[in-house]
Amino acid sequence: MATYIARRLIQGIFVILAASMFCFIIFQYMGDPVLNMVGQYASFQEIEEVRQNLGLDKPLYVQYGRFLWNAVHGNFGKSYVTRVPALGLILERFPATFELVSLAVLMAFITGVVMGVVVALKPYAWRNRLIMAGSLAGISIPTFLIGILLIMVFAVFLEILPAFGRGDTLQIGFWRTGLLTVSGLRHLILPAVTLAMYQLAVLLRLTRAGMREVMTEEYIKTAWAKGLPPRKVIFKHALRNVLIPVVTITGLQFGELIAFSIVTETIFQWPGMGNLLLTSIYEGDQPVIVTYIMLAALIIITANIIVDILYAMINPKIRYD
Amino acid sequence: MIKTRIRSKMFYSYLHDPSAIAGSVILTVFVLSALMAPWITPQNPYNLEEVSLEYFLTPPIWMEGGQMPYMLGTDDQGRCIFSTIIYGCRTSLVVGFSVVLIAGTFGIIIGLLAGYYGGKLDTITMRLADTFYSFSTTLLAFLFLGIFGKGSVSIVIMAICIAGWVKYGRTMRGSVLEVKQEAYIMAAKATGASDIRLLLKHLMPNAIPPIFVIVAVDLAVVIMLEATLSFLGVGVPLTEPSLGMMVAIGKNYIYAGMWWMIVFPGAALIFLVVGINLFADWLREELNPKIERKG
Repeated sequence: MATYIARRLIQGIFVILAASMFCFIIFQYMGDPVLNMVGQYASFQEIEEVRQNLGLDKPLYVQYGRFLWNAVHGNFGKSYVTRVPALGLILERFPATFELVSLAVLMAFITGVVMGVVVALKPYAWRNRLIMAGSLAGISIPTFLIGILLIMVFAVFLEILPAFGRGDTLQIGFWRTGLLTVSGLRHLILPAVTLAMYQLAVLLRLTRAGMREVMTEEYIKTAWAKGLPPRKVIFKHALRNVLIPVVTITGLQFGELIAFSIVTETIFQWPGMGNLLLTSIYEGDQPVIVTYIMLAALIIITANIIVDILYAMINPKIRYD
Repeated sequence: MIKTRIRSKMFYSYLHDPSAIAGSVILTVFVLSALMAPWITPQNPYNLEEVSLEYFLTPPIWMEGGQMPYMLGTDDQGRCIFSTIIYGCRTSLVVGFSVVLIAGTFGIIIGLLAGYYGGKLDTITMRLADTFYSFSTTLLAFLFLGIFGKGSVSIVIMAICIAGWVKYGRTMRGSVLEVKQEAYIMAAKATGASDIRLLLKHLMPNAIPPIFVIVAVDLAVVIMLEATLSFLGVGVPLTEPSLGMMVAIGKNYIYAGMWWMIVFPGAALIFLVVGINLFADWLREELNPKIERKG
């Protein structure tokens, strides 16, 4: 087990290194930071001076080493646009994204799993066929369209929910939260539903498929034959085994979640990290882009390693090599 | 013998599954209208000579102010919505089928080699696949396009393929590992068949069926992804029609009550994807031996 964890950690470090190399290439080949700093009227001599001061005349591997060293210390340079450290800029936006994403995941997981179980028990009841049709719609409507349609219905026609921004927020220490004000909560509804919708449909379909397979297994027949109450058979014997792959797949889809949070934040002008990333891409603000990529990589890899280790602990069948 | 029986059984179940028929009909209609776009649309919305700013923001014809031939109205540039949708579907389908073809081929080859040879090759490619999978096709395509810019439809196709091959590679590998155990493969090996012959003639045809389900599902996913990327402004360039971009333009007029710029392209996209998914659902249940089918 220990070697397994060590191996996963080393693998994770490799991926982070690969991501950092990718980011380094972005810095190298996307525009010249020196020209960005000295302005277009600088003389050739001035440009050379700045280049030397920044160490850009050194060989590539030295520069990469410096980039890594700085990155480990959380120093990714200053945003070209706002002239403040990129990491601070992104971390400031973190609470907004975290609140949105965790509420969406919570909603999607609970509704998805419960409905998945209900549907799997009686797959051919008309009510359940309706749910399945709904879930087909859920995976067939891209997130951006769900968001826009929700805005059209609830903000433009019915005028009952706000569609833009985060509303009133409270600052508690370093954390700016929108969960403690009525306006903040109202602003959270539409984006959270939008982000939850896709995951909900996927979770529902996974749970249903898993339950349908497990319900035909011998040990479930045994449980029924023993005369156990349905509640016990379904939740204790069947669902437990179904949840392992469901949780694993959810944990492994962090990248997807991050991608869809970018889409959702853009539609609702949610002041989170994803929205910042898209703005930075439009403005060519490389330090912010690079910081975002490194953070995303770190989050995804950490989530993956945790899921893998949990999985290995729950499932004794897994091989540790 | 067995093969023909399976085939006719599949055909029978297809004819008795209304949603599979509906799905394939929808897909066929979309493909045909995309192919015949220049002949069935009143205007080529990307030919500046045919577009007139005079008719900008015209509502659909059944509303006041509606005008022939702009059945579904026009956008802020005076482009006919109906025509732009048909041309946009063309882009969707081109991107969709290209990605499935390129990523699929690449994935199948990797899966074949990794599954057959195993060892280091297997470990490396599958670790790579795991990593790409966890970063997700969506995020990687978005970052790639955001950073290296949008130039053409082919760059979008390339960006989606970066991680798009993973599903195919993994599925193919799993399938190959199963087929490899079969007696006829050992027999072929014993008769001294070369590796290439073994791979192409014996392994590939028998290991490929699970890929079909992925192709169907993936087509829908890729079409949605292209729309999403174009909606965000990192997808196809402004000079190409795209359903996602149409919705993005419509979003600017959402509070002005000009719903037709969003609803029609949105509906077209949903129809197309639902059609493909209906067909894919049937295919999956048909090819998955683990689920009993009874009505």
